[in-house]
Amino acid sequence: MEKQYMKTKIKSTAAWTAAVILAAGMLIVSVLPFFFMVLNSFKNKFEILTNGVFALPQKMNFGNYANVLSGGFVRYFLNSVVLLLIVLFLILMISAFAAYPLARFKFRLNGFIYGLIVACMAIPIHITLIPIFQMTKALGIYDSLGALVGPDVAFALPISVFILTSFMRGIPKEIEESAEIDGCNRYAMFFKIMLPLTKPGLSTLAIYNGVNIWNEFSFAYTLTQSPHNRTLPLAVWDFQGQYAMNTPMIMAVLTMTVLPMIILFLFAQDKLIKGMTAGAVKG
Amino acid sequence: MNGTHDLAHRRQRSINIAATVFLLPVSLIMIVFIFYPIVHTFQYSTLSWNGISPEKTFIGMANWVKLLKDGNFWFAFRNNIVIMILSIVIQIPIGLAEATFIEFVGGKKSVACKVLWFIPMLMSSVAIGFLFTYALAANGGMVSTISNFFGGGNIDLLGNKNTALLTVIMVIAWQFIPFYMVYCMAAYTGISTDVYEASLIDGATKGQYFWKIALPLLMPSIKSAAILSMVGSLKYFDLIYVMTNGGPGTTTELMATYMYKKVFSEYNMGYGSAVAGGMFILITAIALVTMRLINGKEED
Repeated sequence: MEKQYMKTKIKSTAAWTAAVILAAGMLIVSVLPFFFMVLNSFKNKFEILTNGVFALPQKMNFGNYANVLSGGFVRYFLNSVVLLLIVLFLILMISAFAAYPLARFKFRLNGFIYGLIVACMAIPIHITLIPIFQMTKALGIYDSLGALVGPDVAFALPISVFILTSFMRGIPKEIEESAEIDGCNRYAMFFKIMLPLTKPGLSTLAIYNGVNIWNEFSFAYTLTQSPHNRTLPLAVWDFQGQYAMNTPMIMAVLTMTVLPMIILFLFAQDKLIKGMTAGAVKG
Repeated sequence: MNGTHDLAHRRQRSINIAATVFLLPVSLIMIVFIFYPIVHTFQYSTLSWNGISPEKTFIGMANWVKLLKDGNFWFAFRNNIVIMILSIVIQIPIGLAEATFIEFVGGKKSVACKVLWFIPMLMSSVAIGFLFTYALAANGGMVSTISNFFGGGNIDLLGNKNTALLTVIMVIAWQFIPFYMVYCMAAYTGISTDVYEASLIDGATKGQYFWKIALPLLMPSIKSAAILSMVGSLKYFDLIYVMTNGGPGTTTELMATYMYKKVFSEYNMGYGSAVAGGMFILITAIALVTMRLINGKEED
């Protein structure tokens, strides 16, 4: 789908030069903090004080990474993976269930229910934080991964239902109609026909929600307490409490938390970009 | 006699049952984790309660009266509004400019720009918050180091009451510009190449093409982006909580960080709930009014 613009003569004008200089400036601004992070993660904590933050490390020092790995990082990482898998499965199933009747069935409350779910996109999680905090305490699931499942799923549903409903509306009806003639009931139709046809929508949704869950902070911070029950975004928080003065160590933790995203970006750039902007919907 | 009517009736019944079954999980989850907690927050807001002791005192609207008079809350709201306006004014034009640049350059060179400009989006708000806490540190931070190199002293952007909010806004811009860049790139794909070529044949320059043709065509997408940015700015929490926790003083306090402080530092569940409720009402009102305004204009 690459568009080709015809060459025009104005490329050499002052305006174009200015644009190139600004573009170069933006490149420096967007890369420099990242460069700062990775570069300093290879230094030891005295080196950064004596040689400054922009000096190259004296030698590639992986000591910080070793310390981070032995300091419980793996546990945070695994917690994040487990939570991601459970929450993602629930989001995809529940939103596909919901999107099917909203996209296809004619019933009186359709418009109202759809509107209500979609309107929830604007709700700030903070309005629910205190009751959910109390609820998890009362249920005895405070400080466990289980406490995060419900809220994470619930706040992902409005946008997911919105995206999947419009996706399902775009699927031609003919296939279902012929299946209906063959005596296929609505439940079988959903699993055998709609769900497979919705796969592209589901994969975009998986990336969009996956990134958000991977980075989710507020609920994880409020509903869990002990390091062995916490997720990756809190690893930085907990390490910071321990090594606040050791800048290179913090940079190593940060680099490691970003690493999965970088890998995903390298191998599936277009899918990732598409998934991450899936939330950008017409108002 | 009523054969067809009956059949239609039965068909509708089976549709209703199926709809109920399919919508049951979403309803349950959203009632338990969104609707019920919202009602509960408003209930808590009528209490004087520390969240732990069984002693809850009903104090009616006292928390709400306090909220209306609470200068700190309204100052936090003001900060949210400042962030909202500056986010729209800074992020969307720069994102659009980047997308336009990529669109005009095309080819391999533009891929490099796209990849490098996208980098901030790979980091979570929390990670960005921590990264910039260190990168902007007065002592040994990036900005101070550059300033020292040119003979200036250390610069404490986040610790200075005059610069803290603006600095935070710049960091937020750093985080979200790539989002609006890819958003605008997607919007550009909606404009056919024929439109561009036709304008060239008519003798338009690239600049004229952008201002007179592309921009008006992109306007609906830009409006949606603005709404998105607005609602996001009003809910903002993670990055500021990590980076400044509202400080120095209350200069970067937001509604969400203020609420968090009241509840989880001062253990004032009742008043914290009122703050959360106030935040909810303000966001809903602003979102409704804006959508009405924007949709209303489109009808003209």
